[in-house]
Amino acid sequence: MAALRPVRAELTGWGGTAPTGADVARPFTYSELRAGVDDPPARGVLARGLGRSYGDAAQNAGGRVVDTTAVDDVCAFDAERGEITVAAGASIDGLLRHLVPRGFFVPVSPGTRHVTVGGSVAADVHGKNHHGAGTWCAHVPSLTLATPGLGVVSVGPEADPELFWATAGGLGLTGVVVDATLVLHPIETSRVTVDTDRTANLDEAMALMVAGDDAYEYSVAWIDLLATGVATGRSVLTRGRFARRDELGPPAADDPATALDYHPGALVGAPPWVPSGLLNRATIRAFNEAWYRRAPARRRDELQTISRFFYPLDLVRGWNRMYGRAGFVQWQVVVPTGAEDALRRMVEALSAAACPSFLSVLKRFGPANPGPLSFPTKGWTLSLDIPAGVAGLGDLLDRLDEDAVAVGGRVYLAKDSRLRPELVGAMYPRLDEWRAVRDRADPTGVIRSDLARRLDLY
Amino acid sequence: MLVLGGGSDLALATVRRLVADRCRTVVLAARRPHELKPVAEELRDAGADTVETVAFDAADTASHATVVGDVFDRHGDIDAVIVAFGVLGDQAAFDRDPAAAADAATVNYVGAVSSSLAVADRLRSQGHGVLVVLSSVAGVRVRSDNFVYGSTKAGLDGFAQGLGDALVGSGARVMIVRPGFVHSKMTEGKEPAPFATTPEAVADALAEGLRKGSAVVWVPPVLRLVFGVLRNLPRPLWRKVAAR
Repeated sequence: MAALRPVRAELTGWGGTAPTGADVARPFTYSELRAGVDDPPARGVLARGLGRSYGDAAQNAGGRVVDTTAVDDVCAFDAERGEITVAAGASIDGLLRHLVPRGFFVPVSPGTRHVTVGGSVAADVHGKNHHGAGTWCAHVPSLTLATPGLGVVSVGPEADPELFWATAGGLGLTGVVVDATLVLHPIETSRVTVDTDRTANLDEAMALMVAGDDAYEYSVAWIDLLATGVATGRSVLTRGRFARRDELGPPAADDPATALDYHPGALVGAPPWVPSGLLNRATIRAFNEAWYRRAPARRRDELQTISRFFYPLDLVRGWNRMYGRAGFVQWQVVVPTGAEDALRRMVEALSAAACPSFLSVLKRFGPANPGPLSFPTKGWTLSLDIPAGVAGLGDLLDRLDEDAVAVGGRVYLAKDSRLRPELVGAMYPRLDEWRAVRDRADPTGVIRSDLARRLDLY
Repeated sequence: MLVLGGGSDLALATVRRLVADRCRTVVLAARRPHELKPVAEELRDAGADTVETVAFDAADTASHATVVGDVFDRHGDIDAVIVAFGVLGDQAAFDRDPAAAADAATVNYVGAVSSSLAVADRLRSQGHGVLVVLSSVAGVRVRSDNFVYGSTKAGLDGFAQGLGDALVGSGARVMIVRPGFVHSKMTEGKEPAPFATTPEAVADALAEGLRKGSAVVWVPPVLRLVFGVLRNLPRPLWRKVAAR
C-alpha cells in the first residue's frame, strides 16, 4: 500500500460540508486493495467508495483514505443461482449495466446507483423494498474483509456472524471490504409497473401505505414538508413492482432482450458553480408545489424505466452542487411502529419551522436485521435534505433527535454530520456490543474516520 | 479550541460564545494564566468539559512550537485555534521609545508568525481545523496616528492570507477577522472610530464565520465596503480622512 504513493486531497461527503485533508491511496488491483490496511500511518486508514455518504463517514482527516473505486472487477457470476461476487469498488451503476440485460436487478438499491458495493455494506443501505426485502446485507451470504487484527477474512451470516453483522452498517470501521457476494433479484423486464397516489395530508399517506404496501415490492412517498395547515405532510406515493414480459407491448413482449433493454445515463450536469442561496425557502416551496401538482391524483399500472423509478436524481449529475458552497445536511430518522404520533409531531415541527427541504421521503421499514449499527428498524423513516446555512437548523434537528430518542428511534449515521455524540448510545443501544467486535477486528485502532472521532464511536 | 492570548476581551467573548455553541474543550494560553482561573470556572459552569490554562508569551518566539505542540499532544485534535494576542500601544510613546515600538511589533507580528506556523503544522497533519487570525482594519489602510500598530496588523493580515492560500487542499484553513474599533480593555480611553463595535459582536461574527467556512470576516460587515473605498483613496485625501 505504501508503494501506491498516496496523494493529499481534501475530501467532503456528498453534502459538501466539513472538508478535511487525507492522503488518498488508490489501489488498482485486487491484491493492492487487500493490502489496504497494511503499514498504517499514525492517523489510521479508512476505505472510501464514491463518496455518497452525506456527512463525514468516508473521511479520515490527516490519515490514509483508500479509494476503492478502481477495483471494480466481477470475480464470479453464477446465472443459475443468481449470485455475483464483485470487488468492493464496483458501483451499482456498473453492476446494473452488467446485470439488467442478463435478467437480474440488485437485491436492494438506494436512491442513487452511484454507490459502491463496499459502501453499501458499510452503510447497510436500504431501498424502496425494505418493507419486504430488508437491507443490502440481508442479501450478502459472504464478504471478504481486510482487518488489521485478523488479517483478510471471509465473513457472512454463517462464518463469524458477529463480525459480519458488525460490518453491516459498521461505517467501514471494522476493516476494508474487499469483495462481496450478492444474491440477485431476477427480473423479466427492465420496466417497473408503477401506481401513483397523491394524498392530501400525512395521515392519508400513512394509511395508504399501511393498507397497501404489502402488495408492492417497492414503495416510497415523497412528502412536502413546506405544506402547512390541513395540507401538512401532503405526499405523492409511488409504489411498484418489476413488470412481467407479457405486460409490455410488442415487440418487447416477444423478445427477452428488448424487454431487458437498459440505457441509463445522466441527462444534464449541474453547473460547476451555483450561488449558495439558490435553493432557498421560496424556490424550494415553488418546486414542491409544482412537484405535487404535476403528480396524478391516482394512476395505475404506469410502466416506468429503472432510471425513472429508482434513480430520478441521477438524471442530474452532481445535483449536490445545486446547494452551492455552503452545502447541505441530510437528516434521516426512523421511529418504531406505534410511535406514529411522534412522526406526526416531527412533520408538524418541520412544517411549522418552514424547514426548506425539497427531497423529503417517507417510507415504511420492515424488521431490523442483527447488525448492531444497522439503521433500519421496523417503523417509519423520514429523510430530508436542508441547505446547511439555514438559521436555527442545528437547534431544530437537535430537538428532533431528542424526540426520536424518546420513542426509541434513531438517525442514520451514514448520513449524519451533526448529531450530538451523547445521543448515539441511546439511539444504538447495542453500541458496546459492536465496539467489542470492532476491538477484535482492529485491536489497535487502525481504522478511523472523522465520523467515528466526532461521535466517539470507539 | 485553543486561544493564544486567551486573556483579551475579544478572546473571552469568543470563547463564551463558542462554549454556548457546544465547544467542549477550551485551552486558554496567556502570559499570566493564573489570572484566568475565574474565567475557567465560568466556562466550566457554562458547559465546557475541559478548560485548561497554559503559560504563553507571545514575545518568546522560541517557545511557541513547544507550547503549541504540548497542547495538541495532550488534547488530541483541535478544531479551532484563535490567535488573539496583540498590543495597541501609544504612537506618541513609540515615537519617543523606538525599542518599545519594536517590542510591540515583536508581539503583534513576529509572535503571531511563529505561533501560527506552529499551529499550521499541527493542523496540516491532523488534516482539519481552522486558524482564526484576529487582524484589524487598522492594517487594511495604516493611519499615521497608530502606524506601528497598523503596520503590524498589515503584516499579520498579509501573512495570514498567504498561510491560508498555502493550506488550501490540506483540510486546514485560515479565517481572518478584521474588526473595526472595538470597545475593550485594549482601547480604553481612546476615542472610538466610526462603526465601533463590541467584543460580543466580534464573537458572534467569528462564530458565524466558522459555521459558514468564511475566509475573511469584517466586523461590522459594512467595513468591507468602507475600506474597499478607503484603501484606494489617494494619500493626501486619506490623510484628511484619517485625521477626521
